[in-house]
Amino acid sequence: MKHIKTIVTRNLCESAKKGGCGECQTSCQSACKTSCGIANQKCENTNK
Amino acid sequence: MIHQFQLHGYNIVLDVCSGAVHVVDEVAYDVIAMYEGNTEEEVVKAVFAKHQSLGVTLEDVTECYDQVCELANEGKLFTPDTFEPMAGDLKKKTSGVVKALCLHIAHTCNLNCSYCFASQGKYHGERALMSFEVGKRALNFLVENSHGRTNLEVDFFGGEPLMNFDVVKQLVAYARSIEKEKGKNFRFTLTTNGVLIDDDVIDFANREMSNVVLSLDGRKEVHDRFRVDYAGKGSWEKIVPKFQKLVEARGGQNYYMRGTFTHHNPDFLKDIQTMLDLGFDELSMEPVVCASGDPSELTMEDLPIVLAQYEELAKLMMERDKQGKPFTFYHYMIDLAGGPCIYKRISGCGSGTEYMAVTPWGDLYPCHQFVGDEKFKLGDIWNGVTNTQIQDEFMQCNVYARNECRDCWARLYCSGGCAANAYHATGSVKGVYKYGCELFRKRMECAITVAVSRAVED
Repeated sequence: MKHIKTIVTRNLCESAKKGGCGECQTSCQSACKTSCGIANQKCENTNK
Repeated sequence: MIHQFQLHGYNIVLDVCSGAVHVVDEVAYDVIAMYEGNTEEEVVKAVFAKHQSLGVTLEDVTECYDQVCELANEGKLFTPDTFEPMAGDLKKKTSGVVKALCLHIAHTCNLNCSYCFASQGKYHGERALMSFEVGKRALNFLVENSHGRTNLEVDFFGGEPLMNFDVVKQLVAYARSIEKEKGKNFRFTLTTNGVLIDDDVIDFANREMSNVVLSLDGRKEVHDRFRVDYAGKGSWEKIVPKFQKLVEARGGQNYYMRGTFTHHNPDFLKDIQTMLDLGFDELSMEPVVCASGDPSELTMEDLPIVLAQYEELAKLMMERDKQGKPFTFYHYMIDLAGGPCIYKRISGCGSGTEYMAVTPWGDLYPCHQFVGDEKFKLGDIWNGVTNTQIQDEFMQCNVYARNECRDCWARLYCSGGCAANAYHATGSVKGVYKYGCELFRKRMECAITVAVSRAVED
């Protein structure tokens, strides 16, 4: 019996290896301007 | 660290530091809750006792315990936080790199909204329009300080930027004339109240703006409570047809219909529904930012209403998905498989370092929310950042700068939150705006739930 279904996610520990390029959008620059978060941003690293 | 929650029929477990998300049954939910601090025997015994009347066997619980162990060994459950030493790395590595500007193209507005954080566009100062020369220098400042960054973001902001539309057009033309030679890609955004939208604006915006942010609060009576002209007349009837025309001409993409909710409409889901009924499906609805004690301020009594509204919003999105009528809510956009790397997640929002606001006369501030507060002035577009003491404060803003964030499961989704909100709530950019945190955590639970429902349905 399978009790757990794991959703496909980016492994944050692994992302440390090739991360930090800085090309992604600045956190607050889009539709919010008042309640910043980074969850809704896309990674724009072309070398990951 | 893990975070468990149950919403709309899903039992969800988030492994905070690996980013893994699991959908589990009731047995696994309880095994995971007891896993740390108890022996296998204790866990299995307790969970079996709770579920045996439902037909769960001892073997089931043991098997489940083994699956949890396996995930823990694979680094997908109970992953420790080893990121703190990296907290300043991205900002150090990118020190001096500016990649986004908020251009305050007009410190004036044709609406007189009493809840405006920018005091009707004036930012507590004089009315002013940015000249082409100042704007051009700002773009050059951005190019000169962007170093190896290709993608540069420029938001035309106000006040109401369309009150200085000719300069907006000239600046975009200037940027396009230099971007190839400089190896840059400008992404422009326009934030507008809609009053001055006409065919010329629509053509231009849809050709040049990678995103347009359109201010609409939802229901007519809610919108017209605040968003009035200087004669006190509501703007809803005037702007809605213009927004509809612009969005249709844009192919219904790359825009946000952005509303603000206040103490007067904590039941903001009705406003979202109004936006949907008007044919818009890329939506954003933000809690008001205002001074403490302002009549619009969200109260503690509003909090449970707002939290429940967020849950209902997630339910509405899931229902509309099933009906083949999906819509986007800005704060529920979450890319579990391709979201930001860990450096970005722990580095803070970038205000005052990679992102700055430029006033009509060329002064630099950490972000649009600090404009008008002289002590936060960083410098200007001719001489760059000269107030390094203030910039250092922003440089140090990251997830680990605030003790309150250390035990928060949502820290890798908010990155420490908004410095301006923190400052307004506590007097320090390194403070914590607790009310905002409550809302943020609920939004993330809802965002993850919607993402899970989409992944499971696929």
